[in-house]
Amino acid sequence: MSSAAITARPTRSVFAASRSALGALVKRDLLVLRKHAGEFAARTIMQPLLLVFVFLYVFPSIGQGVGGGGGKAGESDFATVLVPGVVAITIMFQGIQSVAIQLSQEFGYTREIEDRVQAPCPLWLVAVARVLSGAAQGMISAILVFPIAAVVHAPGVEAHLSVHWWVVVTLIPLACLAMTSLGLVLGTTFEPRNIGLMFGFVVLPLVFLGGTYYQWTKLSAIQVGGFPWLQTLVLVNPLIYIAEGMRAGLTEASHMHLYVVYPVLIGFCVLFLSLGLRNFRRRVLS
Amino acid sequence: MVVGELGEVIRTAGLTKVYPKADAPAVDGLDLGVRQGELFGLLGPNGAGKTTTVGMLTTRVVPTAGAAWIGGIDVVARPTLVKQVIAVVSQQNTLDRSLTVRENLYFHGLLFGVPARQARRTADELLERFHLAKWADASVFALSGGMAQRLMVARAIYHRPAVLFLDEPTAGLDPQSRLALWEILGELIADGQTILLTTHNMEEADQLCDRVAILDHGRVLALDTPAALKQGVGADTVVSVQADGDPAALAELLTREITGVTQSRLTGAGVELQVKGGGANRLLPRVLSAAEAGGFAVADLSVAEATLETVFISLTGKELRD
Ligand SMILES: Nc1ncnc2c1ncn2[C@@H]1O[C@H](COP(=O)(O)OP(=O)(O)OP(=O)(O)O)[C@@H](O)[C@H]1O
Ligand SMILES: [Mg+2]
Repeated sequence: MSSAAITARPTRSVFAASRSALGALVKRDLLVLRKHAGEFAARTIMQPLLLVFVFLYVFPSIGQGVGGGGGKAGESDFATVLVPGVVAITIMFQGIQSVAIQLSQEFGYTREIEDRVQAPCPLWLVAVARVLSGAAQGMISAILVFPIAAVVHAPGVEAHLSVHWWVVVTLIPLACLAMTSLGLVLGTTFEPRNIGLMFGFVVLPLVFLGGTYYQWTKLSAIQVGGFPWLQTLVLVNPLIYIAEGMRAGLTEASHMHLYVVYPVLIGFCVLFLSLGLRNFRRRVLS
Repeated sequence: MVVGELGEVIRTAGLTKVYPKADAPAVDGLDLGVRQGELFGLLGPNGAGKTTTVGMLTTRVVPTAGAAWIGGIDVVARPTLVKQVIAVVSQQNTLDRSLTVRENLYFHGLLFGVPARQARRTADELLERFHLAKWADASVFALSGGMAQRLMVARAIYHRPAVLFLDEPTAGLDPQSRLALWEILGELIADGQTILLTTHNMEEADQLCDRVAILDHGRVLALDTPAALKQGVGADTVVSVQADGDPAALAELLTREITGVTQSRLTGAGVELQVKGGGANRLLPRVLSAAEAGGFAVADLSVAEATLETVFISLTGKELRD
C-alpha cells in the first residue's frame, strides 16, 4: 500500500476502540438522564406514590379493608407485602422506559441508532451499553422509591420491614439487568406505533400477575381440581421472582426460596439478552 | 487481491445485494475502485441501489455475494475495524435529539476514543469552521435542514475518517444551503479527504466529482470523469422542440432532416434531440425551418449543452429526474 493510504489504517485495536466507545455510550445516556433529572424523578415516583397512597393511606383511612386478616394488623401485613412489590414494579418500569421505549423510538422514528451503530465497536456492545445505563437508572429509581413506599401510610398502618443487605445489594442490580434486558427485547420488537399494544398485552399482564400486590406463596390457595394453576402459571413471569426476591430482601414475610430466585433471574437475563441482541442485530443489519 | 491498485482506498469486487423477497438484485456485481483523495460520485435515479451500495461499504448491509475492502480491510469480515476509518452522513437526520449541537460533536469524539478535553476543543473548532458556533448550545431541533446537514458532516469528519460517505447530502436542501455544502465539500477535498457521494442530481455530480459511476438497477452503466462521460455520448448539444401535431412524426422528420442527430426522444410535451456538432452551425434556424417545412407550428424551441442527464438518457432512454 502506498504511504498516502496509511490514513486508512485503523490506529487502535478493536478492544481499545470498543472500551472507549462503551464508555462514551454510557456517559451519553447518563448525561441525558442528568439533563432530565426532574422528569426522571417525577416519572419514577408517580406510580409508586399513587399505589402506596391509595392502598396504604386511602383504603385504611376510609375503612375499606385490604389484607385478609382485617383491621390494622391485616393492613400492616398488606403494607409489608406491597412495599417490596412496589420496588419490583419500579425496577420493571424503568427497564421499559429507559430501554424499550427509547430504543423503539430510535429505531423507528428518530433514527439516532443509525449513527450510534457506526461507533467503532461490535454492534452488540451498542445494545449492551443501553442495557447497562438502563440498569443504572433502575437502581437509582429503586433507591428513590423505597423511602416513599416505606413511609407513606395511614396512622396505625405499618410495613414490617427488615432489610437483609446482602440480598438487597445483589438482587437489585440483577433485577435491573433482567428488566433492562427485557426492555431490549421489547424495544427491538415493537414499533413506536405499537407501544400501546406492548403495554396492553405485555406490561400490564406482567404487572398484575407479577406478585406486586400479593405473595406468590399464598397463590397455592387458588386451585382447580387440587392443582394450584395460578401459582404455576405465573412462574413464567420474571417479575414474580423480583417481587419475591425483594420480599426476601426487605421483609420477614414468607417468600419463594432464594435459591430459586437467583438462578431463575440469571436465566431470564441470559434469555432476554440473547433474544434482544439477536433482534438488535437483525434490526440494524439488512 | 486485497488492496487492489496502489492508492485505492475503496475496492469492490462483484459486490451484490439481493434483499430477501426481492425479485431483482438491488446492487448487481459492482466492481469499483476509488482512489485516495478522490471525490467519487454514484449517480442514479431513485432505487438505483446507491444507498444499498453505501450500506454495504459502511457495514450496515450484508452483501449477498462479492467483497469490499476499505484501505485493504475486508468490510464483511472485519466491520469493527473498518468503522474506525470511515464516516457516514446518511439520507436521514440522525443527530442525537437529546443533546445540544456541541454535545453531538463532543460525544462523537468520545465515541471514537478522543480524550475529553481534546474532544471539547475539536468540537469547538468544528463549530467555528462549519459556522455553527452561534448554535453551539441550542438543541438540534432548532437547526434548519441545511444547518443540520452541516452538523452531520462536521460530526462525520470529526474522527478524520479515511473515507467519508455522503448519501444524497443535498437532497431536500434549498439552493443556498446546497451551495454552502458544496463549498464545504470543496474544502474537504482540498484537504485530501476521500469522499464517496451519492446523488440523483446530475449537476451536483458534474460540478463536484472527479469521477462518476452512473448506476441504474444496481448496475454500473458507465464510469469516468464527467467530461469524458459527456464526450462519450457523441452528442454535445440537446435541442428541445415543442410543436402542434404528432410528436412522433416530428421526431422522425427532424432526425431525418437535421445532420448530426444521434438520438431523439419524446418528452411529455414535445421532442428532444441529441445532436453532435450542433453548437457550430446555426442549429436552431435549421430545426425551425425543417419543422415548419414539415407543417409543424413550433411553439417553443430551446438548445442546451449536453449534461450528465444527456448521458443518462442516452444510456437508459429515461430521465434521471431531480
Ligand atoms: N431494506 C430493504 N429491504 C428490501 N428492499 C430494499 C431495502 N432497501 C432498499 N431496497 C430496494 O433495493 C433497491 C435499491 O434501493 P436503494 O435504497 O439502494 O436505492 P437508492 O439508489 O438509494 O434510491 P433513492 O434515490 O431513493 O435513495 C430498491 O428497489 C429498493 O426498493
Ligand atoms: Mg438512497
